[in-house]
Amino acid sequence: MPEASVPDSFGITRDEVAHLANLARIDLDDAELDHLAPQLSVILESIASIQGVAGADVPPTSHALPLTNVFRDDVVVPGLTAEQALSGAPEQEQQRFSVPKILGEE
Amino acid sequence: MSDLTRRTAAELADALAGGETTSVELTQAHLDRIAAVDGDVHAFLHIDGEGALAQAAAADARRAAGAPASPLDGVPIAVKDVMATAGLPTTCGSRILEGWVPPYDATVVKRLREAGLPILGKTNMDEFAMGSSTEHSAYGATHNPWDLSRIPGGSGGGSAAAVAAYEAPLAIGTDTGGSIRQPGAVTGTVGVKPTYGGVSRYGLVALANSLDQAGPVTRTVLDAALLHEIIGGHDPLDSTSIDAPLPKLVDAAREGASGDLTGVRIGVVTELGGEGYQPGVLARFQESVELMTKAGAEVVEVSCPTFVHALATYYLILPAEASSNLAKFDAMRYGLRVLPEGPDGTVLPSPSAEEVMRATRDAGFGDEVKRRIILGTYALSSGYYDAYYGQAQKVRTLVSRDFEAAFQQADVLISPTAPTTAFKLGEKVDDPLAMYLNDLATIPANLSGVPGISVPNGLADEDGLPSGIQILAPALADDRVYRVGAAVEALHIAAWGGPLLAQAPELEGPAR
Repeated sequence: MPEASVPDSFGITRDEVAHLANLARIDLDDAELDHLAPQLSVILESIASIQGVAGADVPPTSHALPLTNVFRDDVVVPGLTAEQALSGAPEQEQQRFSVPKILGEE
Repeated sequence: MSDLTRRTAAELADALAGGETTSVELTQAHLDRIAAVDGDVHAFLHIDGEGALAQAAAADARRAAGAPASPLDGVPIAVKDVMATAGLPTTCGSRILEGWVPPYDATVVKRLREAGLPILGKTNMDEFAMGSSTEHSAYGATHNPWDLSRIPGGSGGGSAAAVAAYEAPLAIGTDTGGSIRQPGAVTGTVGVKPTYGGVSRYGLVALANSLDQAGPVTRTVLDAALLHEIIGGHDPLDSTSIDAPLPKLVDAAREGASGDLTGVRIGVVTELGGEGYQPGVLARFQESVELMTKAGAEVVEVSCPTFVHALATYYLILPAEASSNLAKFDAMRYGLRVLPEGPDGTVLPSPSAEEVMRATRDAGFGDEVKRRIILGTYALSSGYYDAYYGQAQKVRTLVSRDFEAAFQQADVLISPTAPTTAFKLGEKVDDPLAMYLNDLATIPANLSGVPGISVPNGLADEDGLPSGIQILAPALADDRVYRVGAAVEALHIAAWGGPLLAQAPELEGPAR
């Protein structure tokens, strides 16, 4: 990926799409890349119009409500049982989620 | 056709209170209507006849004991499939959640159950609420009851079509960029996006947390207000829920129904109209402006110059939030798990969690979801963050400043809800940019969190299909959208001699 903060071109290459899909953990095959890459380029070119609309002095808005740190009382409340929490698990074992191997061999 | 399905929720509530019908009878009438027409409309993904009738029987028992749980106790409802429903499948229109049954209720669903509204089923939607036509549902598109070859809007096309086709008197929708209002416009129904934080998001499968808002989908403004008062209000389970009482919405709707707009300042937003809008939609809008003026409103033109950048802003902020939200679908704790295959088509021996995740997300997500995840991943990546996501957040501030200035000049702002009437199924499904333009007029409200309603606004001359008028109010002033919405509705009914939906063609179901 280029390091510049303002890209010179707003198009996106097929290789970049493949890289992003990899980062997003989606196995796109060649046909999907051929299909999606040009569409993403068109979308990016159209939204690039946003460059320079707001000056450096404009503060960013991340949220419609000016809320920070909403807390509740620190008391025990009912939660899901283990059985309920596991009810949608693709695989379970001894009241735990059973998952494929996470670490590489040895 | 059962007469009961033609009545509004308020009329049904009166009929129940007067002992003219029972909840079991009218719930059954709606289940019969679903059985007759949903094969054509496909508004529902799951129908829960047994559960709905059991809830209806409980409602009848409460009423017989003289203790109804709410004004709408016993009036059935349909719920968009993005809301978690304990014991009922919740798919969000996605293969990745096929067959998932949540172990808990969303707060909105919990409140519906507590208020005694039998839940008829879950309605179709674009996958994870990404789309404006329901064509991105993994389970097939919903068809517009006005013309089955056309889209019902989206993402909540199922809820709007269910209400337009008299399959349900009420429905729940969610609106992230227009997904309640735009389907309302193109199906001739009413849709309300409340102030952000006005209705709990707990149990609403998030598309974009800072934009999502659940709200009512109905045939009348009063019905929307009745439903809004049941689902709205503070919820400690949602940290972004507003901790303040709801305005008096039902009172506002009843007040507005007089049609009198004397002293109300109405701002027509210059930037939400003109180029890109269908002439017939604009013509009906202009007529409504004249009707409102005659009813005493003071109509002014207001300019919100940053709104022209709202669409681009939205398509940076939304994918960024969505790509982060949808990372939770990792095939580990719930939902689909697909084992990766090698080039020869056989399952790989001992795949890693990451390989399983990749294969599952490829198989479980549709094209639009993949597009937006990749777009969001791009917008958030280190080299581009400032240029895209950071810039979009700043423009979001400017959009809010435009609203603030506009609401100095006007009590409410109006525009056409959607730039066009319903287009043909298939027409834009593989042209993402054309699809995105449907939300041109609805997106600014989501960026700023202000409330909005879409009210039926007549048929466009070109195609005889419904259009909508959007009314926006300042944050927390949801009562204004009901007051003015009900007035516009009353003025239209007086002008047309009845509600717009009465002009919709009859659906041909199996003979009854």
